[in-house]
Amino acid sequence: MSILVDKNSRVVVQGITGRSGLFHTGQCREYGTSIVAGVTPGKGGIHIEGIPVFNTVSEAIKYTEANVSMIFVPPPGAADAIFESIDAGIGLTVCITEGIPIRDMVPVKAVLQGSSARLIGPNCPGIITPGECKVGIMPGHIHTRGRIGVVSRSGTLTYEAVKQLTDAGLGQSTCVGIGGDPIIGMSFIDVLTLFNQDPDTEAVFMIGEIGGGAEEAAAVWIKRNMTKPVAAFIAGVTAPPGKRMGHAGAIITGGKGKAGDKIRILQECGVVVATSPTRMGEAMLEALETAGKLPLKTAMARKQIHK
Amino acid sequence: MNIHEYQAKEILSSYGIPIPRGRVALTSDQVERASKMMGGRCVVKAQIYAGGRGKGGGVRLIHHPEEAQEYAKELFGHSLVTRQTGPEGLRVRRILVEEAVEIAREFYLSITLDRESSRYILIASAEGGVDIEEVATRSPDKILTLTIDPFTGLRPYQARKIALALGLTGTICEDCVELILNLYRVCLEKDCSLIEINPLVVTKAGWLMAMDAKITFDDNAVYRHREYPDMIDYSQLDPLEINAAKYDLSYIKLSGSIGCLVNGAGLAMATLDVLKECGGEPANFLDVGGGATREKVAEAFRIILQDCDVKGIFVNIFGGIMHCDVIAQGIIEAAGAVGCTLPIVVRMDGSHVEEGKKLLRGSGLNVQIGTTLGDGAARIVQMLEQGGQ
Repeated sequence: MSILVDKNSRVVVQGITGRSGLFHTGQCREYGTSIVAGVTPGKGGIHIEGIPVFNTVSEAIKYTEANVSMIFVPPPGAADAIFESIDAGIGLTVCITEGIPIRDMVPVKAVLQGSSARLIGPNCPGIITPGECKVGIMPGHIHTRGRIGVVSRSGTLTYEAVKQLTDAGLGQSTCVGIGGDPIIGMSFIDVLTLFNQDPDTEAVFMIGEIGGGAEEAAAVWIKRNMTKPVAAFIAGVTAPPGKRMGHAGAIITGGKGKAGDKIRILQECGVVVATSPTRMGEAMLEALETAGKLPLKTAMARKQIHK
Repeated sequence: MNIHEYQAKEILSSYGIPIPRGRVALTSDQVERASKMMGGRCVVKAQIYAGGRGKGGGVRLIHHPEEAQEYAKELFGHSLVTRQTGPEGLRVRRILVEEAVEIAREFYLSITLDRESSRYILIASAEGGVDIEEVATRSPDKILTLTIDPFTGLRPYQARKIALALGLTGTICEDCVELILNLYRVCLEKDCSLIEINPLVVTKAGWLMAMDAKITFDDNAVYRHREYPDMIDYSQLDPLEINAAKYDLSYIKLSGSIGCLVNGAGLAMATLDVLKECGGEPANFLDVGGGATREKVAEAFRIILQDCDVKGIFVNIFGGIMHCDVIAQGIIEAAGAVGCTLPIVVRMDGSHVEEGKKLLRGSGLNVQIGTTLGDGAARIVQMLEQGGQ
């Protein structure tokens, strides 16, 4: 009932001995994720909180059969850590690191384009399949098992959306934070493709923001391919042009990347767009209702409200 | 990170790209002397962190040193408003004085990151010296683009195709090939997210020359260039933004009266959107980082309170892993330390939220608790409308 990660995921943490690496390793474990190894060059051979640490990802795979990597390596070494993970044959790499230079990410993306390996991030909260596996820094407890796939460029705004979904009685199949950088691994379309194929995902909530053209591309893809209802929210309707709004990728340049244009194209492509961040759960319900997919109990409750 | 035209030109010149002879001046007397050195006839260019200077009156062809001095006084004395600066404009603190060059032809040349392909892209046009976005909308066929493969790099034959397409021939064509290859070297070695020559000119004497240049460095790569922090002209930045950057906070000054303190960029943008929807005007964008530690929250509070336009504060924290009671303590400490009496609305979610609310209620601050994002935004707008009571 998920995409990309589940209870069979075996996670290696690159940069496990750093402060945030260690902290979030503990948090993920507490959630139930199976963290099987850590990698910190030069520290191979030690155990940290009972987890064996290796010098390289290949070694970690050899001894622990890790199949997912979570990266906390600081920016100067982060791109190299991603290369290493891909080269070692890890199928899914999740890079949490914020602040990787563009020049380092251009070749990473080029390698990914010729490979079956997948990258989530960088500069992202990670991925969670509620009740099964959390590979990232999001608070696990706000999520509930269910049938809504969530894909987002943001971190805390995703938590807000998840909370609203949960409050509306809509649990999540998997939530993927694809990251706020201009160059990222998996795109909206890559994740939507997987949700479209996942029998346990019934509908998708998508969270975009100003900058770039990823939401527009996703909108066109949805219109052509998506068989499930999609609702969305785009942050930054009031953002001034030319200013970098926190995320490296969140900037309106040369009249491109405006929230208004993204919203219009999504709506034209049949996506229900929440007009305010306070109505994200509501937008998802509306999309489900239009598609006739609202759970009976929720549908009746909604009718009550409308009366 | 932005730098001035003269700094960009210095970098280009160090990579063998020809630029006009020029001097940077900090006073109108220095402008006059530089003008004399150029033989009287020269171009005087205001240095600000924004484009559109030509139309905004920040660039002028000068004929006598006295004229240069007069014009410099005018520039130094006022803020320069262009279509990119906003209505308040930017102060001019540095002026570039350059030799006047006889121009035969003008081109546009730039390298930037193309987000769609995740690669660097070279953009060229035979229509130089004008706004390239205008050219792109008006006649897209006049724009040449080349996506650069990071593994093969930019090859001479590719640069030659561009030079030929611009209509260059003979030795100038080969000079242009070399210039394009050098431009790509600058882009990589200096970690540029944009490097633009507009116009690139062929002089009447038959030379290629970069008449204007703009470089934006990739903020994420500043750590590997020790010289970059010294290149920043702080007169061009908002003092509050400079202060926030010191504490690694992402802050942007806006024109309203509601100070915003939010964790996470996306949520911070969404918070501004909700405030406007409720009829409020945000005074700033401020992201304390997804983790929202107590120290960051305290620093953010101080920065918001330094802004005299702020009449009330909206704190929106999705606690997540950070406990809400810890954040509440941070808010109470910071507000107490600076003696904040402004109305505050705090909306918190996540773990230990009840403990956090209890702390805030007992703090003696002029604080209300928002139950949801929408409720919090509505409350702060209402509190301000009622004069902060």
